[in-house]
This record gives sequence, structure tokens and C-alpha cells, in this order.
Amino acid sequence: MYGSGILKGLGVTFRHLITTFIDDIQWLGRKRDVDVFQQKQSLANRGLVTVEYPDEKLAVPERFRFTPFLITYNQDDPDYPGKDWCTSCGICAKVCPPQCIWIVRGTDPKTGRPKPEPEQFYIDIDICMNCGYCAEYCPFDAIKMDHNYELASYERTSAHIHDKARLSREIRYWQSIAPTIAAEEEAARGGYDHTDVQKARKKAGLEPSRPGPYAAKPAEPEPAPAAVAVAEPPAAAAPQIEASKTESAPAPKAEATPPASAADGETPPHPGWVKRGKRWIDPNAKVEPVRRKGKGE
Amino acid sequence: MTDQVLPQVTDLPSTIAALKERFPNAVKDDTRNGYEGVIVDAASLPDFARVIRDEYGFNYLSSLTAVDYLGHGDHLEVVYHAFRVPSGGKPLVFKAQTDRQDAVIPSLVSIYPGADFQEREAYDLYGIHFAGHPNLKRILLWEGFEGHPMRKDYHEAYYEQETKPFDTRWPGGHVFRGEEYNPFGHNVRYPAGFTLDDYKPQSEADFQQSMALGVDIMGDPAFRTDRLVVNLGPHHPSTHGVFRMMVALTGETIESLEPVMGYLHRNHEKIGERNTWYGNMPFTDRLDYICSMCNNLAYAITVEQMMGGQVSVPYRAEVIRVLMAELTRITNHLWSIGFLLNDLGAFFTPALYAIQTREYILDFFEATAGSRMMCNYMRIGGVFKDLPQRIRSEAALINDRVRDMDTLEYLEQLINDRLPRSIDELDELLSESEIIKSRCIGVGLLPAEMAIAYSASGPLLRASGVPYDIRRANPYSIYPELEFDICTRPNGDIYDRYYLRLDEMRQSVRILKQILPRLKDTQGQPIFGGKTSYSIKVPAGEAYGFAENPKGELGFYLVSMGGGNPWRYHVRAPSFINLTPLGEMCKGHKVADVVAVLGSIDIVLGETDR
Ligand code: SF4
Ligand code: SF4
Repeated sequence: MYGSGILKGLGVTFRHLITTFIDDIQWLGRKRDVDVFQQKQSLANRGLVTVEYPDEKLAVPERFRFTPFLITYNQDDPDYPGKDWCTSCGICAKVCPPQCIWIVRGTDPKTGRPKPEPEQFYIDIDICMNCGYCAEYCPFDAIKMDHNYELASYERTSAHIHDKARLSREIRYWQSIAPTIAAEEEAARGGYDHTDVQKARKKAGLEPSRPGPYAAKPAEPEPAPAAVAVAEPPAAAAPQIEASKTESAPAPKAEATPPASAADGETPPHPGWVKRGKRWIDPNAKVEPVRRKGKGE
Repeated sequence: MTDQVLPQVTDLPSTIAALKERFPNAVKDDTRNGYEGVIVDAASLPDFARVIRDEYGFNYLSSLTAVDYLGHGDHLEVVYHAFRVPSGGKPLVFKAQTDRQDAVIPSLVSIYPGADFQEREAYDLYGIHFAGHPNLKRILLWEGFEGHPMRKDYHEAYYEQETKPFDTRWPGGHVFRGEEYNPFGHNVRYPAGFTLDDYKPQSEADFQQSMALGVDIMGDPAFRTDRLVVNLGPHHPSTHGVFRMMVALTGETIESLEPVMGYLHRNHEKIGERNTWYGNMPFTDRLDYICSMCNNLAYAITVEQMMGGQVSVPYRAEVIRVLMAELTRITNHLWSIGFLLNDLGAFFTPALYAIQTREYILDFFEATAGSRMMCNYMRIGGVFKDLPQRIRSEAALINDRVRDMDTLEYLEQLINDRLPRSIDELDELLSESEIIKSRCIGVGLLPAEMAIAYSASGPLLRASGVPYDIRRANPYSIYPELEFDICTRPNGDIYDRYYLRLDEMRQSVRILKQILPRLKDTQGQPIFGGKTSYSIKVPAGEAYGFAENPKGELGFYLVSMGGGNPWRYHVRAPSFINLTPLGEMCKGHKVADVVAVLGSIDIVLGETDR
């Protein structure tokens, strides 16, 4: 019969419509529950799977690569607080396909000889193609790929060249976003510590590697000082921009890295957050007039 | 296809011997170390081509490109790779050399119409004049461009150094941005004697005249309808990117169509020659950005071919490579069917159904390679990393929703249930629809002989009834041990191209089902058998590596001088060459059919324009 093909096709679209409604009714009011979300995103799902960005986001897998960052020891490390892991060997700068890594090798002020520490480290993230080679070929696990893809800024020319302060993050951060990979790397190094540190400790007759302070287990929220320290680099990175745009706004909130699944626990992911229904909300976030202020003036 | 009888000699060495006998003075072996094929005297090139096409069955000129041997003989060389289609086998490689100053080579367009765009590209980028080409003008760059950028002595605007890594990055790497160079100062070159006052930009009317539409666009009083020139694109949602088609119409009927491209041109090949061998891998992602895994694979096998015994790809790596390539084929075909339907006016319902399924595959890519589309996953000698145990995520941003799934279970469910279900659903939704049939059947015809002559490849070729698939004709990876059929369709119209893609997805699922047990069996085995160093050197020589990409034959022609960078890096882009017959396919149809024909060819402008 002429038209039967179209009717058959319309049957398919109708089926999609119905299954989506069935989903909605089945999960009425529980749409944002973690288990429901996982089910909706699974292969067995038949209805619609829209993720309502930015109200909700798909967390990215561990291997996800966005822009690179540099690893340092934790600030509260008893022996090497904040020490850079990068030895300024230059491999990442050589392997980088678009050549967007710039390193000034450190020199010893007394002898004038190069020392294994970068004085300056820049990455032009406008040019970075997020290929991950720097992280792959770094022999010291000193550069890793970040998961934070929300990097929009008002200042293209200055904010998009990440300098050493902006790039550096504590190793605790890497352990929190990619626990499996971090553990694998640690095993390959033969301990928590940096390979060079391990060598030095061995020479000094110490235990080569100390047992590492790990990131909090996903179930327990991170200790407060950790959260603050982790949040530091982004806040420090764009001070001028924030300052010029926010004026009377409350000081920028600690905006990074809620510990793994705090959203479904009873502890707020950040100090001062309140629970609305199923979600944690930053009561100050909504009124933060960053965008509106910058526009008309 | 013609039923011509091929000569008895079918293996390559005896063919070459016979040809040398036939052209005693004009054909000689290419004896350079690491090179293959023959060098043909430029004057006898057309005769040679006619003989190999008509008498030896090399009826398919797959790739044509040029190399600048500045400092290594100081000549330009045009390299041809001809295949027998559909019987397959290794290509016949022949080359013609010419002077750099006054570069002229006879055109082969009259023998192989598929040489048309490729000769224009070589003219554009190398300044080689192809004598007898019907329409020799620039194709990727604009007409007013000064110079031929692929020549070795041409330095681009932000030129720093011949090859990477650049010395300014380490150890004294004080950052500067390329744009801090004065953009209108010393980095721009003007033709000799150029003054701004005398500069007249090309007018649209001149441009239309120069496009050689083949008809008198100024109108013909004998016609009672107006002859119109209409520009479809460059900015148009159904041109799949920034692509322009200049169409001469009589009433609504197309008399002639000329594609205008290059809006996304970035001279990928020049970048490739500056890059290191490894550095090119992520750049191949950006060619056909829907199929980055397949691009990676084609590049990797080409370099592996050049490295010879220095690398050996472990079995598990091959299994993973095929897994990725076939999943990519499915994503590409889903995407192309979805967007063909958009072009036909079924706005976004089929496309979104297709994309939803594609998303599951991209999730897997993201968990394995780190990125959904810019995978950068293959390495020279293997793959980047083994599959992860679990596809799991950790929250890093506010409101992140985490997931955790077992990778193998996920793949099993995907391959055994989800993908077949989605393909069947698309089939049910679209295949019998009377609207689609009436729009697609008999439109955009490409007969088999024409498809071969125009060097069409991939689904475009097979939908015209030519059973040619590189996975069978020139097998690579572990395809020889896998069972699958080469799909063909007899008619060569839009509907057949659409339906062929459905069939190919089913074949891909069939391959994937055979991959699953191999994945389990090889668990824990090595996945990389190459060099672990961050920079590799490739022995001097040339190689043409090619793979059956979802869109057609993706080939890389590489020349090494033994260093850490390619001397020549050429991409034989299926999206580019498959456009050669577009004008012919559209002739005589209505203007509304053009977008459907273009959609059925399935191009990606990142690859077309390079
Ligand atoms: S490769 Fe690693 S250690 Fe070497 S300079 Fe780069 S980040 Fe530093
Ligand atoms: S991710 Fe790639 S492009 Fe970006 S800095 Fe690292 S090596 Fe360079």
C-alpha cells in the first residue's frame, strides 16, 4: 500500500515518544538521582537521554584529556611542601606537536649550572591541541591532563597563556580525578615519591619512598584544608579579570573539585552549600553578577 | 565494468618488465634506495598511462601528488599510484620528473578523469603546469595567492624553523604568541611590484567566468527561461561545512556545477612536513574528524611500512585497532545517514536518533583514548593504551554525574544488542518511506565505469556495483582472518548509497562480534611493539599506505630522508577526490537534488580542504 512505509516510520518515532514518557513516569521526581542517571545513560535505556548541561554534567572518564597541568607535592607535605615534580628536561616541549610548551630551565644562582627545576613554564592553551603527548612522554609523571573543560574567559590574550602558577596543582588533585591511573603510575615509580626524590632519599640512607598520602576515598569528603588548597590555582590564575568584573560581588567561591560523590552524601560538597531537594546548591552562585556587570559598561 | 580481458601477466614485476620493453627509452626503474615503481619520461606519460589502463588493467588512478626534491636533485616529481579495480592487488607506482623552474607535465585528465582535482591541487601547491588540463586553476587557495606553498623554499607567514622541535621552546622558552609578529609586516609577502592602489580584487562576475561552468552564463537568447548562476554555500547548513557549489541553472534544472573549496584550508601537508613523525598523529585526527581512529590507523600503517622490521605490531594491538576502526565506521555511517536525511528535509529526527547511538561509541572512545573525536589513539607499532578495565569517571566539576561500567560488558552489550537494534530501527524508520524513495531512487546516478574513472572510493564506488574494498583488495591488520562481505548495490543512486551504508554497518557489527572473543583471549598481552622514544627516525625512502576509511580510500604518501621529520607528507583524502564526479552526478537534476547528492557522497570539509 502506498504510504505504508511512512506509517511504519512514524511508528518508530511514536515508539520513541512513548518510551520517553514511560521513563519520565517511572522516574518521576527522581530524575537526578545518581542511580537513575546511570540507568538512563546506560545502553539498555530506550527513552531520551538528554543531560541538562550546565545543571548537570557528565563526569568525564579518567583518561579524558583537556589541557595539561603540572604536578607538585602537596602544600602540606611534611618534607617537600609544594616542590615541583618537573625536572625541566624539555621532553614535553620537544614532543608537543604544535609546539605550545615553553620552558625556561632553572639555573643554580651560585654555580650558574642548570638545575633540574623549571624556572618558568608556559603553555599556550589556545594552541594546545589536547593530544596528551606531553603527559605520555614525560619521564617523571610531572605533567598530566586536566579534566576541567570549563575554561572560558574574557581575556584571550593573557588568560590563555597558562604560566607556572596557573599550571601547578598538587598531586592530591591528580589522585582525586584519576585514582586508578595515579595508582598505576605510583606502582611503576615504585612508591609515592618522585623518582628523583626516591634516588636522593636512597643516597641519604632513607626509605626510598614514603607511604603516600592518598586522596580521600570517594565515599568520604576531603578534609577542608585540602579543598582550599586544591582550589587555589584557578583563583590565583585570573585575579585581574575576576577583580575587574565582579567589584561588589562576594569573593570568588572555592569553585573546584567537589570530592568524588559528595553530591549524594549528606555532607555538602563545599562549605556553606545548602540542599535544595536532591541537589546541593551554592547559595551565592546564582547572584554572582560576573556576566551581567561586564556587559553594558 | 568492462569485460575486457586482462593480459596474462598480472604480477607487478613482470608487468613492469613488460612495460620497460614496451617503452625502452622512456621507462626506467626507480633505483633510489627505498623507492619503488618506475620513472616515466614526461613526454611519453600519456601513452604510458593509456597502455597501463587499457592493456594492463590499471584502470583506477588512486593518488596523484607531487614532491619537491630541493637539494636532493632539485627537481619536482609527480607520483602516481594506479590500481586494478575491482580485482585489487598492489599499486603500480610511476613517476614523472620536471624542472623546478619551468615545471610542465602532461595532464592525464583525458585518460583518468579522477586526476582532475588532484592535478589542480598539485598545480596550486607546487606550481606544476599540467599541459592539456581542461580547467587548470587553483583549487584550495584563492586565485590571488602569491607563490606555491608546498615548495620547500616557501616559508609560511609565521615561519620559525624548517622542522620541529623549535629551538626557542627549551631551555630558554620565553613565551610569545605568533600573532605578536606584526600580521601586516614582514611575514606577508607581496608579488613583485605590488601596490595597494593598483590592486583590484577579483569581481564576482570575473570569478563566475573563470569557473568554467562550461555554459555561457551570460544568457542565451534562444532560451525562453533565464539561465541563472546560483551559489549554494559557502555558508549553508546542508553543505556539511564551508563549501560552495556554483550552479548554472536553466529554470530549475542544473546545467553545470562547479565545486569551490578551500575555505577550511590550512595546508595540513606543510604542517605535516614541519612536524615530527609522531607529531603528525594528532593532526590526522583533524582531517576527517568524524573518523579520527581510522585516520590514525592509516597513518600508523604507512609509517610502519617504512620502518619495516624495526616495529612489529602485537596481535592484541591489531585486534584493538580493528575494533576501533569498525566502531568508527559505524559512527560515520550513522552520522552520514542522519545528515543525508537532514539534507532531504527530514530535519533532525533521524539525525538525532543516529547521533544518540553514536554517542555510546564515543563514550567508549573517550574512556579508552581520552577524547571523543580527537582520539590520537594509534601509535607507530601499536596503540596508546590498553582498554580500561572499567569505564568510570570521577567528579571534577560541580554537578558532575559519575558513571561506572565494566568495559567488556559494555562492549558486549553495545555490539550484541544496542548497535544492531539501532541499525534496524533506522532501517525501519527510513528504508521504505515513500518520500525517501521518491527523492532518492534514480537521482545522482554514477555508473560503475564512471565511478572507477573518476577515482571514486568507498561507499560511493561500491554503491555503483563495484566490489572493491581495500580491506579485501589489499588487506591490512587482521582483516584477512575476519569474515565479512563486501557490500555492493547495483544502481549507483542516492538510495543505494544510503542503503549500502546500512549494509556496511551490519557487516561491521559482524566483524565486531568476531573481535569480542579475540579481545578476551588476548587480554593482558602487549599492545605496543614500536619504539618507546619520544622521537623516532624513519629510514629513507617512500611509502604509500592506504586503508578503507568509512568515506573511502584514505592514503598517506610519505617520503623520508632518514630524519625525524617527513620530507613529504601527502594525504589522499577520500572526501576531496570523491567530489570529482559531483558535477557530472548533478547534471540534469533539479536544484533541490544537489544537497541530497552531496549528502550521499558524504564529505567532511576538514578532509576535503586539508
Ligand atoms: S617532560 Fe616532564 S619533567 Fe620534562 S620538562 Fe616536561 S613536564 Fe618537566
Ligand atoms: S596536550 Fe599536546 S598540544 Fe597540548 S601541551 Fe601537551 S603535547 Fe602540547
